[in-house]
Amino acid sequence: MSAFIATFRRDLALMWGAAGGAVAPLGFFLGATVLVPLAMGPERALLQSAGPPLVWIAAALAVLVTLERLFQADLEDGSLDQMLLSSAPLEVLVLAKGAALWIAIGLPLAIAGAPAAIALQAPPERALLVAASLALGMAAFIGVGLVGAAVTAGVKRGGVVIALIVLPFFAPPIIFGSALASGQDVGAALLILAGCALGACALGPIAAAAALRVQSE
Amino acid sequence: MGGPGPFQDKPSLRVEGLSLSRGGRVLFEGLSFSASTGAYIEVRGPNGAGKTSLLRALAGFLKPRAGKIVYDNVAEPPLAIHFIGHANALKREASVRTHLRYWSGLFGVTGSADSIDDVGFGLIERADLPVRALSQGQARRLALMRLRIAPRPIWLLDEPAAALDADGKEMLGDLIESHRLHGGIVIAAVHEPLGPTPAQTITVGA
Repeated sequence: MSAFIATFRRDLALMWGAAGGAVAPLGFFLGATVLVPLAMGPERALLQSAGPPLVWIAAALAVLVTLERLFQADLEDGSLDQMLLSSAPLEVLVLAKGAALWIAIGLPLAIAGAPAAIALQAPPERALLVAASLALGMAAFIGVGLVGAAVTAGVKRGGVVIALIVLPFFAPPIIFGSALASGQDVGAALLILAGCALGACALGPIAAAAALRVQSE
Repeated sequence: MGGPGPFQDKPSLRVEGLSLSRGGRVLFEGLSFSASTGAYIEVRGPNGAGKTSLLRALAGFLKPRAGKIVYDNVAEPPLAIHFIGHANALKREASVRTHLRYWSGLFGVTGSADSIDDVGFGLIERADLPVRALSQGQARRLALMRLRIAPRPIWLLDEPAAALDADGKEMLGDLIESHRLHGGIVIAAVHEPLGPTPAQTITVGA
């Protein structure tokens, strides 16, 4: 079994088992989207235009809350030292952790995006598109989030710092994802979103591994 | 599959003029020593003298302020080293078996999964318990199992006997002795002797 698969499997098991899996982020996400019509009133036209962007913002914030402990736990309990002695480069192990986070939290959030969009008066035929684009967006958020989580691994209550670091980089996927969810320029927005996801997943682990090497001193 | 394989390529290491600092404070300067195949070395010194930092530098985690650490006849240092630190690197919710399987993947062990049933160290009947159900000493035994799962020539042990009972200490002593006989190198930071007679004792911060 390769180090990538071993790390992926263990992190997936830990996220689903101990941390309660996607339950808490899903609750956060659905709670936030349920509050929107309560705050804005039931006016259909208003909800229809504001709904899809709000689904994206809620999803971005929901994944943000899962980042804080991603590397902090490994730093505190000594697991990071072992990762540095692995037969695979740290970058590969970080990618495995990101992939596990995407499966455990990102995909459930993306799927929940479909009913959430319908609840916010999006046309039902667009629900699938919202879910698919959110799945791409989650990959972009997590790729960027890896860096924020790595940089703040040694910081107590680093959650706020993570938000300050990663939120600016959440902007491009949010802009194009919301446009996509609103049904504008679907093809182009999807391509740009996929580009964001690819870029974040390629560069994120490299930057995160560099930050973790410094933290492990 | 239990014990480490023989290290015929005779690993050795040299430390020359090593200086380490931690948080801006210089721990020690100009430390030199060498260790050849089959050596067991004890690192001693008062609390805060830099024993842990020395081991972390040898593992490549901590960049030296000055001096160098050279490994000879060792593939790539990270692949040749086992590090047992103060923290056991265990996850409370994962079982003993899960840890062993994870480590064999992490350290690139190509053997079959059956070797996991060879855990020994008095943990076999607890293989499916989560780590939170283990005592401190049992958790330490589990951490030490890393040494047996993946054969690696250089062992860096930081207070390896912490929380171990008499039985566990004896097993640890045997493990070190057999690793030495196979040509490995063991460097341990200790306050109490571990059992095997050290080839040399390095004192830091004296």
